[in-house]
Amino acid sequence: MNKFSWYEATSIEDALQQVNKTVSEELYQSTNNAAVFKSGGIDVFDWVKEGLINPQKIINIRNIPGLDVISYDAKDGLRIGSNVTLAEMASNSDIKNHYLALHQAINHAATPQLRNMSTLGGNIAQRNRCWYFRSADHQCFRKSGDRCFARHSETGENENHAIIDNGSCVSLHASSISTALMAFNASVVIVNSKGEKKKVLMDDFFVSAGQDIAMETILQAKEIITEIVLPAPSKNTKSYYIKQVARESYDWSLGDVAVVIETSGDTCKSASIVLGAAAPVPYRSVQAQQAMEKKSINNTNAMAAAEAAMSVARPLSKNGYKVPLFKSIISEAILKIT
Amino acid sequence: MEDKKQGADSNSKKGISRRSFIRGAGLSTAGSVLLTTNAFAFGSEEKLTAGKEFGPGATTIQMKINGMVESLSVEPRTTLAAALRDHLELTGTKVVCDRGSCSACTVYLDGKPVNSCMMSVFDVGDKEITTIEGIAKNGELHPVQEAFIEHDASQCGYCTPGMVMSCVHLVENNTNPTLDDVKNATRGNLCRCGTHPHVFKATLAAANKTN
Ligand SMILES: Cc1cc2nc3c(=O)[nH]c(=O)nc-3n(C[C@H](O)[C@H](O)[C@H](O)COP(=O)(O)OP(=O)(O)OC[C@H]3O[C@@H](n4cnc5c(N)ncnc54)[C@H](O)[C@@H]3O)c2cc1C
Ligand code: FES
Ligand code: FES
Repeated sequence: MNKFSWYEATSIEDALQQVNKTVSEELYQSTNNAAVFKSGGIDVFDWVKEGLINPQKIINIRNIPGLDVISYDAKDGLRIGSNVTLAEMASNSDIKNHYLALHQAINHAATPQLRNMSTLGGNIAQRNRCWYFRSADHQCFRKSGDRCFARHSETGENENHAIIDNGSCVSLHASSISTALMAFNASVVIVNSKGEKKKVLMDDFFVSAGQDIAMETILQAKEIITEIVLPAPSKNTKSYYIKQVARESYDWSLGDVAVVIETSGDTCKSASIVLGAAAPVPYRSVQAQQAMEKKSINNTNAMAAAEAAMSVARPLSKNGYKVPLFKSIISEAILKIT
Repeated sequence: MEDKKQGADSNSKKGISRRSFIRGAGLSTAGSVLLTTNAFAFGSEEKLTAGKEFGPGATTIQMKINGMVESLSVEPRTTLAAALRDHLELTGTKVVCDRGSCSACTVYLDGKPVNSCMMSVFDVGDKEITTIEGIAKNGELHPVQEAFIEHDASQCGYCTPGMVMSCVHLVENNTNPTLDDVKNATRGNLCRCGTHPHVFKATLAAANKTN
């Protein structure tokens, strides 16, 4: 690891005065004088250890007071501070009682050790895990290179990669927790160095590869995430999350889905259905949502919704298996809502 | 060479606005909104308390570890695992993947298992560290350690310190763990020798003895 200095930020304002780059900007175009944020540090240290970023300064925002609170209100919903750890979210009873799919997503993410260290802000701002992107030997699009190594039909090791919206970069968004957050219509609260505070829907927070190849979120250097907020679900809203992995111990997602449905008897009044590990950003399946709307929740309709979701899938050379995988978990998750 | 701009998004291609599909599901929504233009607690005339900066060279810090206070001279890039092994000669903590993916380097930070390879020593602050060397008390092995020996739960031994840390934490915090609890507690501990079934047996046996 290259040398860097360590800045212990005392407040949001202090941190914003110090920062000059996002990790993503530095990955795309290295400057070697970057001052970047670090919260849990899992993703930041990964990049520094690989030598893919060489920041001059790491700004520790982990101990800024006030960013580690979870609160729930039946009318206003849930607020989660950006420094709340995944382990703290996992043991929160309001999340378990009112946002089941989020609780399930957290319990399936990473390892117990990592959940004690990882923060929610860092989790949604982490970069993708494509092995070419993470390798110093591969100058891919996302590091201002001229190709995507994974998409090559013969040499590309693309078995884990995107099956939807994979026209440029075929990576998958790494945060499986975002799959559930987005399904609950979560928003990200962001403060900039001028003191302006905005609330951005998660659907607008993530940036597709086609929109901006250097970024996965709209976050700019002089901006900090302070909270993630989720509206209160109505009384008849139910949710479920499923993540498929390749082995019994912890693993990254091969495909995951979060379903949030407002029911009326056994009918789906409206549905929010988001797929993880399907596209370069968490993917809201409007096809599956439309297929379920005003339909009864039964096997035939759940299968039809899963088929509709996969109508936009364009698998790469080695990940065709993901289409039936998604069909199976989407229909299963829908059927769990009863 | 391939064109990086090819391929529009599947949802926007058909000319449908994604926003119109975000409403509903029993959840209220609003688009992006500016909440305030004055988010800072301090007025501009008040002084902002600036944080402290350390490094990039070595700084002497104090660390609470296994009930002692140790003083060591370290750079911010020194990981906690490196500080333990190379500066304090506590080599029981193993570094295998060095990327947070195997849990061999597990230590407790204020009683919670963490990966010592993925944090800087400057992350520790005044929190208390417990390493595998701090698990035996007064020369007596912890029941989980005894059970590991009895149930042959170690082969090459690289994963063992991390496994023991995960299992001791479980047994100390759950008086009646099930097999699933043990599996969940060791979900992050990779063992290339395949000792898992023995680890599970040993931990359940130790839990029965401890309680
Ligand atoms: C082996 C392994 C398995 C994992 N499995 C999963 C999984 O299954 N599902 C999953 O969702 N995640 C998984 N993760 C991710 C992990 O749990 C962390 O969430 C993630 O690495 C980053 O969290 P962090 O707090 O450590 O972020 P950091 O490394 O501190 O930060 C990540 C990025 O966010 C920026 N940042 C941090 N906080 C803020 C803020 N408040 N405002 C603005 N920018 C900010 C940083 O500058 C950096 O670019 C895994 C990680 C590893 C190593
Ligand atoms: S060495 Fe730290 S997790 Fe593998
Ligand atoms: S005993 Fe060899 S890695 Fe676990």
